[in-house]
Amino acid sequence: MTAAADAHAAHGTPTGWRRWVLSTNHKDIGTMYLIFGFVGGLVGGAFSMLMRAELMFPGVDFLPAMTGGDVDAAYHLFNVLITGHGLLMVFFMIMPALFGGFGNWFVPIMIGAPDMAFPRMNNISFWLMPSSLILLVLSVFMDGGAGPGAGTGWTVYAPLSTSGHPGPAVDLAIFSLHIAGVSSILGSINFITTIFNMRAPGMTLHKMPLFAWSILVTAFLLVLSLPVLAGAITMLLTDRNFGTAFFDAAGGGDPVLYQHLFWFFGHPEVYIIILPGFGLVSHVISTFSRKPIFGYLGMAYAMVAIGVVGFVVWAHHMYTVGMDVDTKAYFTAATMVIAVPTGVKIFSWIATMWGGSIEFKAPMLFAVGMIFLFTIGGVTGVVLANAGMDTSMHDTYYVVAHFHYTMSMGALFSLYAGIYYWFGKMSGKVYPEFAAKVHFWVTFIGVNLIFFPQHFLGMAGMPRRYVDYPDAYAFWNYVSSLGAFLSGFGVLIFLYVIIKGLRSKEACPDNPWGEGATTLEWTLSSPPPFHQFEKLPRIK
Amino acid sequence: MADAHAKDHDYHIIDPSPWPVLGSLGALTMALGGIFWMHYDMVAVFVVGTLLVLYTMYGWWSDVVNEGEHKGDHTPVVQLGLRYGMFMFIISEVMFFFAWFWSYFNASIFPTEAIGSVWPPEGVATLDPWHLPLINTLILLLSGTTVTWAHHALQEGNRKGFIQGLVLTILLGASFTGIQIYEYGHATFGFADGIYSSTFYMATGFHGAHVLIGTIFLAICLIRGLKGHFKPDHHFGFEAAAWYWHFVDVVWLFLFVSIYVLGAGDAAGVAH
Repeated sequence: MTAAADAHAAHGTPTGWRRWVLSTNHKDIGTMYLIFGFVGGLVGGAFSMLMRAELMFPGVDFLPAMTGGDVDAAYHLFNVLITGHGLLMVFFMIMPALFGGFGNWFVPIMIGAPDMAFPRMNNISFWLMPSSLILLVLSVFMDGGAGPGAGTGWTVYAPLSTSGHPGPAVDLAIFSLHIAGVSSILGSINFITTIFNMRAPGMTLHKMPLFAWSILVTAFLLVLSLPVLAGAITMLLTDRNFGTAFFDAAGGGDPVLYQHLFWFFGHPEVYIIILPGFGLVSHVISTFSRKPIFGYLGMAYAMVAIGVVGFVVWAHHMYTVGMDVDTKAYFTAATMVIAVPTGVKIFSWIATMWGGSIEFKAPMLFAVGMIFLFTIGGVTGVVLANAGMDTSMHDTYYVVAHFHYTMSMGALFSLYAGIYYWFGKMSGKVYPEFAAKVHFWVTFIGVNLIFFPQHFLGMAGMPRRYVDYPDAYAFWNYVSSLGAFLSGFGVLIFLYVIIKGLRSKEACPDNPWGEGATTLEWTLSSPPPFHQFEKLPRIK
Repeated sequence: MADAHAKDHDYHIIDPSPWPVLGSLGALTMALGGIFWMHYDMVAVFVVGTLLVLYTMYGWWSDVVNEGEHKGDHTPVVQLGLRYGMFMFIISEVMFFFAWFWSYFNASIFPTEAIGSVWPPEGVATLDPWHLPLINTLILLLSGTTVTWAHHALQEGNRKGFIQGLVLTILLGASFTGIQIYEYGHATFGFADGIYSSTFYMATGFHGAHVLIGTIFLAICLIRGLKGHFKPDHHFGFEAAAWYWHFVDVVWLFLFVSIYVLGAGDAAGVAH
């Protein structure tokens, strides 16, 4: 990568550690984000392996081995693993990789810009993430209350996170979220400015590639929702340490207020996770069907609609807190409205493939897999949108199955699709196609084995976030754990594909995918020069 | 720009910089320092982190000023980008205050039994809104006019008027902060006295912190103005400070109406 880039722009290119640590280059920062997301994903994945190992059989047998036989500590450890898994996968895997990684790499290129609007601020957006991760990892080892680490769940609900966890672990997690939030807000401001201010001549918003659209909408969601989370966790912090009573009923406060504030952020957050994947999959589907995307403008404005409506549905996460029936009716109706723009996207992807000359390369496999699996997650989402249904499904494994179909399959599959789609463009090398296809099938079977049975467990009433279960749930938990280990094996195959690809001697051409790949990144060399578009492209 | 390859566009391609990574290190140190402070009574780490962050801010923004004022990197399109950036930053700040207003309205519109089901809560002697809070409202509104005075003077090339308007704005900002501190010192409810105190002190406190930041921002502009920075048609550094100042002003108006006036209870009845 260095060699080719240097050959192109021999002088002025920083080298060695300075190139990365002091970087002001969107592609290098994107690469660091991708590596960081990979590390976060490995740790978060390891946490889920431990959880599934514990849940493989009834009884609490596995985790006590890690706590020196102390069963109470093992209970707490399970909660810590759940918390860490959620926070890591959301803030340290999906967001850095899809938004920070691919966003940085390809938004400037796709709109014909030489770099981001604020290249220096771009680097603090990245470097705040390791600081944030260090705080989160430290939190696992510091005293929480019932044992080391924060066992609050990623939602950090009061009062479990206030009077339930007196030790510093939760404070570390709060600061970790503060810093990750600053990082994302700065990154979002950067993307919005870049997209509004730096499109090449002729690149109107209505010609802009859908991935850039998806990042634009995501950035707006982040700017509008993250500060509310910052406020909420600041209230947690002062409730915990300085005697305020925001969430303390004894002082006139209201624990449910925390849930409202959290989900006012948390619901847009789930679209923050999936929207970049939506944008990316549109490119992959179009490329490998050799057809322009069906209903381009509808696709763009469907994302805008999802973003807007996503702000007014938050309380469907909290149907069981004692809301009145009118409020529940509103949130049920508003939530179901989101199925409409989402349906527009699903059907437009299918219509794009319809009659196309489809080529099932690895990115396309993952993209089609994403559409299939996300649709399942979307359909169970409509089920859960009903306040009446949710009253019985709330906090069961049905919910776990639902949001893993959208996130660990929707978002993660689109991430894999993106990695294979752009691997040659980013590295200048060629990944092994067959091994990548094996990676897809192993992962596809693995994740379905994990999560499909969890629908059955949830409908049978198995509560989530719990370390043990009655024997009646044993069979599907066993299957689910086998699926987890198969998916873990899939990650090893992924590692193999990446290492093999990076070591390949074969050079990736400018456009390895043929006439279906029409966006600007395929007009550049692979990898692109250190600074692209020193003369701006003109879009007809 | 040190590198020699031909750049045929007006965007700002920035050289590698130590500030982002240093700032991140400062943020990490500050956060760890916060933990040490809150749980182990040790302030030193927090102080070191804060100093590191302040040093980063100084160095970073010195670079920005240098690039904009002296190196000519801030072409019209780059200035437009800075406007988008500052606008979105202010939007994010608005959403931060949204959370504090939410907590206030949640507590005041639906007062719980624990506080006697009334707002203000039983036993809380609120501040008279038509006394010092009204004075503060007038001070901030006035400062909004003086900062516009400075802006128009700058656009006319009237350096003296620019400095005068700016000095007045900073003095008004400082007197607002002074009155706020005085009022905090004389309030009958303490910081940890329940939900009224929580919403009052955190919302007005974060606003006060923003007034302080805005005042410092304007003071930097004053120093730059005295050094001869800013041109009549190129002074976004100052405009950003003015935008920020207006934002702080508007937040105060909402605080004044909702927390001080609507939440006054009996205190509003004894108006002079």
